Amino acid sequence: MTVKIPYYPGCTLKSTAKNFEDTARLVAGIFDYELDDLYRWNCCGAVYGLSEDNVMHKVAPVRNLLRVKEVGEKRVLTLCSMCFNTLKRANYYVRKNKDKLEVINAIMYLENTTYDGSVEVIHLLELLRDEIGFSRIKKAVKKPLEGITVAAYYGCLLLRPGEIAIDNMEQPTVMEDLMEALGAKVVDLNVKTECCGAYQTVARKDIVADRTNLIVEEAHKMGADVLITSCPLCHFNLDRRQKDAKERHPDFKPMPILYFTQLMALAFGFSEDKLGFDPHYVDPRPLLKERGLL
Amino acid sequence: MAEQQVLNKNEEQKPQAKMVTVFIMGQKYEVPEGSTILNAIEYAGYQLKKGLGCREGFCGACATVYRLPGDYKLRGGLACQTVVQEGMYLAQIPFTPAQKAIYDIEEVKPDISTFQKYYPEAFRCLGCNACSKVCPQELKVMDYIQAIMRGDIELAADLSFDCIMCGLCTMRCPAEMAQYNIALLARRLYGKYMMPKPEFLYKRIEEIEQGKFEDEFKEIMSLSPEELKKRYAERDINFKIT
Repeated sequence: MTVKIPYYPGCTLKSTAKNFEDTARLVAGIFDYELDDLYRWNCCGAVYGLSEDNVMHKVAPVRNLLRVKEVGEKRVLTLCSMCFNTLKRANYYVRKNKDKLEVINAIMYLENTTYDGSVEVIHLLELLRDEIGFSRIKKAVKKPLEGITVAAYYGCLLLRPGEIAIDNMEQPTVMEDLMEALGAKVVDLNVKTECCGAYQTVARKDIVADRTNLIVEEAHKMGADVLITSCPLCHFNLDRRQKDAKERHPDFKPMPILYFTQLMALAFGFSEDKLGFDPHYVDPRPLLKERGLL
Repeated sequence: MAEQQVLNKNEEQKPQAKMVTVFIMGQKYEVPEGSTILNAIEYAGYQLKKGLGCREGFCGACATVYRLPGDYKLRGGLACQTVVQEGMYLAQIPFTPAQKAIYDIEEVKPDISTFQKYYPEAFRCLGCNACSKVCPQELKVMDYIQAIMRGDIELAADLSFDCIMCGLCTMRCPAEMAQYNIALLARRLYGKYMMPKPEFLYKRIEEIEQGKFEDEFKEIMSLSPEELKKRYAERDINFKIT
């Protein structure tokens, strides 16, 4: 029987990272999960406000958690690392600061209910690891990803701060374990928890171009063919800024950047048109064809 | 003594309606109970040239903010639709000098980039919902801005459909955006590029232009009133639109 799991999409999953959402739905469907969009949702807050007494910036994430409670659910699934981080940290904050939760609830007086900290925020990677399990995933593989070497890039948002980490903060392995279950060869990327440059991409492309150059270069050195991520912002930076990286570093060699769900959907036998490769700046298709995966 | 009698006489002539006390821009007035704010303002002697329009709750010209005794909340309403209450403090907001982008609807694209270009401030929404709290139409203002922020123009057009552009949301917004003008762009884009086209209408217009109904009209026009009445009474009211 299909399990409907409340799903908070976030803005990029409905726009520039639609291919992440589409492939995540396919992947979840294989294990009888249906991503059930919240009937009403707003921006996650996009960057958690670090100032402890800046309550205003926590209203948006908490309001989304209230939406989950409002429909009688206990947990909410996220795909975007940024949404995951912002929602889970805001949840952690209001659980620790009941007085601030009271203020936030007072601001949200138009709502039919109040929030109490009861919702759990989970990431798809946690669902795959903890509830579905890698052994079930392995059994579902129709087209093992033999022939490609994958490097997993986590960035910061799934792992820091430690209170909300989905894995070991310094040595995460969830994405590597997942890729191994799909039959891919994995490398332990030395820069997998480093910064991609984040929002510097708006005003200081050069910084992000240099970060992209470093991360992709390290991945090449370790023998990787592709990089995977779960963060639309990391994806944008590592994919789109390869153009700028090439301009600043003539020796730069491109590398396809994929969402982990795209490789899962590929391994589960979905056809090329379902995998959402069109929006990629560095087209992964030539490589995947060369390795006999498309 | 004579003076007292005159006073009493005047008192007798006062209208019998029960009065309530309201404060219009801080000035105390006694106005008839059950008046709308608009009627109360006029009863108090103000002659309005701005801040009123249709008097029927449709035009959005008479935006008013008010507060009730014992309550800190600043509420919003249309002066022509909101009934005065005892102790009400009120002031009209006849005009909102809001940002309104100039664009050519033929040139803009029905996607998020248009809003990023013409109304970048929309993306500053914090989700505080102050806009929805003050909306006299009880719209989900914050929700339509949030829909725009993720490129869902159809949802934004739908949620903002009943907006009368009174401007109160804009006056309350900590992100300093003009929600109602942003929503207008969403509805224009939806209407021009996204709404399903009424194919049956185009078909019918073509038929009319080809003269398909000319003979029927001529026949109807030639009928006497009695015959017309008979036809009307006998008409098929369960006809199917083809």
